[in-house]
Amino acid sequence: MSNLQNLKTYDPFADTGETDAVESQGYIHIRIQQRNGRKTITSLQGLPEEFDQKRLLKAFKKVFACNGTIVDDEDLGQVIQLQGDQRTNIRDFLVDEKIYKKEMIKVHGF
Amino acid sequence: MSDAEISAKLENTSLNDDEFADFPKKKKSTKKVLFEDDLDSEAKPKDEANEFEDDAFSELKKKKKKSKKPKTFEDELEDKPAETEEVDESFLDLSSIKKKKKKSKKNMAAFEAELEENSTEKEANSESASRDVWRDSDRDYTYVELLDRFYSILRENNPELAGEKRKYTIVPPQIVRDGNKKSIFVNLPDICKRMHRPPEHVIQYLFAELGTSGSVDGNGGLVIKGRFQQKQIENVLRRYIMEYVTCGTCRSGETILTKENRLYFVQCESCGSIRSVAPIKTGFQAQTVKRSVARRAVA
Repeated sequence: MSNLQNLKTYDPFADTGETDAVESQGYIHIRIQQRNGRKTITSLQGLPEEFDQKRLLKAFKKVFACNGTIVDDEDLGQVIQLQGDQRTNIRDFLVDEKIYKKEMIKVHGF
Repeated sequence: MSDAEISAKLENTSLNDDEFADFPKKKKSTKKVLFEDDLDSEAKPKDEANEFEDDAFSELKKKKKKSKKPKTFEDELEDKPAETEEVDESFLDLSSIKKKKKKSKKNMAAFEAELEENSTEKEANSESASRDVWRDSDRDYTYVELLDRFYSILRENNPELAGEKRKYTIVPPQIVRDGNKKSIFVNLPDICKRMHRPPEHVIQYLFAELGTSGSVDGNGGLVIKGRFQQKQIENVLRRYIMEYVTCGTCRSGETILTKENRLYFVQCESCGSIRSVAPIKTGFQAQTVKRSVARRAVA
C-alpha cells in the first residue's frame, strides 16, 4: 500500500480555462488590406482612448520606417493606418512595450 | 452523447472503476501526449488550436513517417493512393477521413506503447514483457505498468475510447488566378460541405478577414478581389475552422452551426456541447482605391 495513486482526484468538470467571457471586450484588431500591386495597408483598430494615438503613430513610423496616418471613423473611432504589412511589427511592438497583452491583440488577414 | 451514456460505455470495458480513475492521467505518462497536455494547460487556447489545425493540414506529410510503422492491410491500401497524391495535396474523401482517424489512432497507440523502440517485434515483446513482469513476481506493480495494462486492454476491447485526439482533416483550398487582380477559390462548396457550414457564412468570414470583396461564379467558386495564394487562404480557413467549426470541449470537427435570435451557436455532434460564437465583423475598411476612381465607380 505504498502508492495509492488511484486516490488522487481529477475533476473532469473543472474549467478548461478557454472561455474568458470577462475579457471578450477590449480586443484590438490588426488588419491588412491589399492595395494595387503588391502593396498593402495595415490598420490598427480598437485602441483605448487613454493612449495618445498621435504619439503611438509617431513611434510606429519611426520604428517600422514607414508612413502612416490616423483616420477618424464614425463608428470605430480613431484608427491608425500604416503603409505595408506591419502586422507582426505592431503586435510585437505593443507586446514588447507592455502596452497590450498578446491575448488581447487579434491579428486578421492572410 | 450524454454523460450517462459515456459512463455506461466505459463500464463495458473489462476494467474496474479504480483503474478507470486513472484514465485522464494516462495522458501525462507518455511523452507526446504530455506535450499536448502542456499546451492545453499553459499555452493560450488559440495557439493550441492553431497547432491542431496545423496538424490537420499537414496530415499528408506526417503520413510518410508513419507509414514505416506496422500496418494492417487496410492501412496499406489507404496509404498508397495517398502517397501518390501527395503532389497535388488534395483528396481525402469522407470515407478516407474516417479511415485516417482509425489509422492515426492505431499509430498513436503503437507510438505510446513502444515509446522509443522502432521495430514491431521489440514493441510486442516489451509490451507483453512489461505487462507480465509484476504479475509473476512479488513486487508491487508500478503506476506506469498499470497504465500500460489499462490502455492495452482498453484498446483491445473498445479502441474508440482510447482517448487520442482525432485529427480534423480538410482538403486544401484550390486557388486559381483570374487575370491579374482576381483569385478564384474553386473548391469552396466542397470545403463548406465538409465543414457543414453554409457557404455564405464562410464567404462572409473570408471577406471580413481578407478585407476585400468578391462574388460567386457559376460553379459555386468564389471570386475574390486581390491576389491571394493558396497558403494565405489556407491560413484564413484554418482560423475559420478554429473559431467556428471545432468544438470547444472535445475539439471534434463534427459540429453544426445554428442561428437563434441573431446569435450563432455551434453544437457538437459528438459530445453535444453548445457554445456561442461571435458574429463576423468586418471592422475598419481602409480606402484602397483612388478617390477619383471610387467617385467615378459610384457615379
